[in-house]
Amino acid sequence: MDWLYILMPIAGVKIFWPGLIILGIGVGVIGGFFGMGGAWMVTPGLNILGFPMAFAIGTDIAHMAGKSLISTMRHGKFGNVDYKLGFIMLFGTIAGFEVGAQMIMWLEKIGAVDKVVRWIYMGLLALIAWMVFADVAKRRAKEKAALAAGGKVDKLATGIEWHKTLHKIKIPPMVHLNVAGIYCSAWLPIIVSFFTGWLAGILGIGGGLIRMPSLIYLVGCPTHVAVGTDLFEVMISGLYGAGSYTYKGRVELVAAIIMLVGAAMGAQVGAVATKYIKGYGIRVAFGLAVIGCFISVFLKLLPNYVPSLNKICDVIATYMILGLVSALAIYITVKMVQGAKAELAMKKAKAAS
Amino acid sequence: MFGKAKALLAGLTTLVLLAPSLALAAGGGGAPIVIVADSRKLTGVMAWWANLYNESHLYFTIMTIILIPLIGVIFGVLADVVMHFIGIDLKSRELAEH
Repeated sequence: MDWLYILMPIAGVKIFWPGLIILGIGVGVIGGFFGMGGAWMVTPGLNILGFPMAFAIGTDIAHMAGKSLISTMRHGKFGNVDYKLGFIMLFGTIAGFEVGAQMIMWLEKIGAVDKVVRWIYMGLLALIAWMVFADVAKRRAKEKAALAAGGKVDKLATGIEWHKTLHKIKIPPMVHLNVAGIYCSAWLPIIVSFFTGWLAGILGIGGGLIRMPSLIYLVGCPTHVAVGTDLFEVMISGLYGAGSYTYKGRVELVAAIIMLVGAAMGAQVGAVATKYIKGYGIRVAFGLAVIGCFISVFLKLLPNYVPSLNKICDVIATYMILGLVSALAIYITVKMVQGAKAELAMKKAKAAS
Repeated sequence: MFGKAKALLAGLTTLVLLAPSLALAAGGGGAPIVIVADSRKLTGVMAWWANLYNESHLYFTIMTIILIPLIGVIFGVLADVVMHFIGIDLKSRELAEH
């Protein structure tokens, strides 16, 4: 069975290549569906397959750039990408990320930065999970109230509506974001992206996990547009990250390419699945992914206080992440296949009549 | 209209020129470890690739930046062709939150 292993030219380790393709498909599907890079899922996966940590992060970012490019193209064709919003946010994201990265270097000098960062991360994930499920509950309450009144709730109506308050702030210049259907001060997306970029810089993550809900709840994008526009941002930051990490010699391109074979196709499946799953279905699944991420970060933090649990926590966190990736990828793929089948059946019926 | 496009292009060029230094500053906290690829056990393309890495990180980076999007697009388009062949409508979707 030697042919199932490939020697990585830079890292110098032998890797089970079908594992890379499977991991690529899984995160490709999830990334294309939620609009995020998914570093929190890929890095431990690569580590399990035998990659040294230094290469796991760089390789993940390199494959993410290619994967998000193809997802952005697909979402763009569906009309899910607001390029104007994406470009406006790019300035805030880069500036915020740099401020966050500089701040973390300053915190490193003080010490105990790891613990602080993980606690901030957990607090943030808890807030996002709460936001998603509170929003879902509010939306359901609205639906029930509308039904009781004998009417029907608007199909674009949402539960949490903080963005409506933020849209009332009319500081010039005002911008029309046609794809997202928003008219607001240009400062709103700039400040939101600066804030999410700053958090991503502090936490050392790509930022999709924070940016996607921010686009929905603060900027006011419909879920599908938030996913597509976020992927556009992930694509650009992924390319910069790939360049930066490769220049530092921390990317195993052979592994990134093998993963990309699976991820590029998986990303298409994930992106097309958004066609068949309505906005609130995406939000609920995203909330579950956030909870999974929260538990895995908690399990990484726990051994700091109970060192004897180090090994067991590591094993549980790894299997939990991989289990979650598999479950979400299977759920999204099944929904995509069901939706496609229904669409094809409808087309056939139309042609027959 | 032309002026706006010019300003946008100038802004983007500045961003592209500044971004690598920003990205490098972001990762500047790490230890300066030099990793050298062991090309003795490799042959063919793999050996060429490992040697390129050892000789110039800059060329290696340029190749990576070109290859990653290219391969992503090739396989993505392949998936597109398969889905189109099956008969899935890849151009429209209904926007709805519920």
